[in-house]
Amino acid sequence: MAKKVALLQGNQACAAGAVYAGCKFFGGYPITPSTEVAEELSISLPKVGGKFIQMEDEIGAMASVIGASLTGMKSLTATSGPGVSLKQELIGYACIAEVPCVIINVMRGGPSTGMPTGPGQSDVMQAMWGTHGDHAAIALVPSSVQEIFSETVRAFNLAEKYRMPVQVLFDEIVGHMRERIVFPEPGELEVIDREAPTDGPDTYKPYDSTKGQIPPLASFGSGYKFHVTGLNKADDGFPTTKASLVDAEERRQVDKVMDNVADIESNEEYLTEDAEVVIWAFGSTARSARYAVNELRKEGIKAGLFRPITLWPFPTKRTAELAVQCKAIVVAEMNLGQMIHEVERAAKGNCVVAGEFRVDGEPINPAQIMKKVKEVL
Amino acid sequence: MAERYELRFSGAGGQGLITAGIILAEAASIIEGRSAVQSQSYGPEARGGASKSEVIISDQPIDYPKATIVDACLAMTQEAADKYANGIKEGGLLLLDADFVQRAPQGNFKVYRLPIMRMAKEDIGREIVANVVALGAMIGLTGVVTKEAGEQAVLRKVPEAFKELNKKAYNMGYEKGKELIN
Repeated sequence: MAKKVALLQGNQACAAGAVYAGCKFFGGYPITPSTEVAEELSISLPKVGGKFIQMEDEIGAMASVIGASLTGMKSLTATSGPGVSLKQELIGYACIAEVPCVIINVMRGGPSTGMPTGPGQSDVMQAMWGTHGDHAAIALVPSSVQEIFSETVRAFNLAEKYRMPVQVLFDEIVGHMRERIVFPEPGELEVIDREAPTDGPDTYKPYDSTKGQIPPLASFGSGYKFHVTGLNKADDGFPTTKASLVDAEERRQVDKVMDNVADIESNEEYLTEDAEVVIWAFGSTARSARYAVNELRKEGIKAGLFRPITLWPFPTKRTAELAVQCKAIVVAEMNLGQMIHEVERAAKGNCVVAGEFRVDGEPINPAQIMKKVKEVL
Repeated sequence: MAERYELRFSGAGGQGLITAGIILAEAASIIEGRSAVQSQSYGPEARGGASKSEVIISDQPIDYPKATIVDACLAMTQEAADKYANGIKEGGLLLLDADFVQRAPQGNFKVYRLPIMRMAKEDIGREIVANVVALGAMIGLTGVVTKEAGEQAVLRKVPEAFKELNKKAYNMGYEKGKELIN
């Protein structure tokens, strides 16, 4: 049978991907340019036995997502930069309490309310360091409607597997543009469900590191009783200030990501094998970059594209290898230079690193990337 | 068909030009099975203000989703013509609403005029179908998708009770558009 196809907005594909992944709860507060994610889920979640709640504000929305996840439901919120700023306290809470959840950020500019209807990529450092304290972060940056679907599914998988918040960031351009999507059949994409505890309610400890780097999370309402807090805690979930326990807990929740970078990482490369200059770009900007690569190749310039799909943890290893191989890396991003600092760190001075930035609400076009490439070569 | 064909529909917010873009993208990608990307830019207003919708159609996968150099442009209002009827390819084409755009942008492209709003209001009887008249005219002018694919995409989009009305609007636009180049 032919697969189902449709012309869909990125935001609609995100909602469809969430349902495919088994999402059963959405708590949000509508904000441009992410509103269609909420709109779609308000229609589709009740049809699969899920719950949709429009909360009183962004903070309440994040709190509802954490609460719902603790009952065992795969949970989601969708917002834009201003909303992510408001959610930071609770994103940190989800990190330390180790509560799986997915946060969609359809990026516009900023700071503050910025330009609601324009695109931006200026929340990428916030995705890593927006909430205070040491923590690991996972952030995915799809660049097409089809990929928004599949990366939303992957975000749920990673959230459940690593027991933590996962952010999916795409800009207004990809969120609002329409492309053909081929819907994967059930079972075609991997869907990971939360690991159930092996201990019964009497002996269960929610942060028992003897069960591994990622201790299983029980669901409230299934007979298990346990304590959840934002304070540093012992394996039973109750607060502690004992140095050895705090140190072990802090390290474990960073190590669970950094020890598994190979599992979380995802990149796409285009014509990088013999590239003298590599354009380093993600999201909609990577589409401009790919166009630029093709045009530059026609002019005899050996250009290639490196496109991170997992932005955090940062693809340090591959970026470092490319820096050794090529003469220059051009980082193109719709902000005033954020990921370029990470690229410079990874490149260790082995090649020229130059940036092409834009923050006027217009996309970075192929011509400006081509111009920058020619300047640096 | 060229590797990449770029269209821009512009007018006032609320005129349905984003919908016209979506219908064209569906005609190309869902009905004809080619690649299409539809995007838009709009101001904070729900009605009024200038709005544009862009559609890129190609037989290859499409990377850059916005217009680079426009093959065919539509402007329904003066504000839209001033703001968005630019970046048109040499030898490209621009279709203007004959009543609402007085000053045509200058450039090395062909300019055509049709009283689109008037046709919708007087000939079809409903101003609301002006976007479908415009879509038909643009398809007639450019041949970017077949007449049938365009009609099929229009009919997929509208409720049963409005199918005849929209079919009439589309066909009138298509014929008038085709006449302009013959």
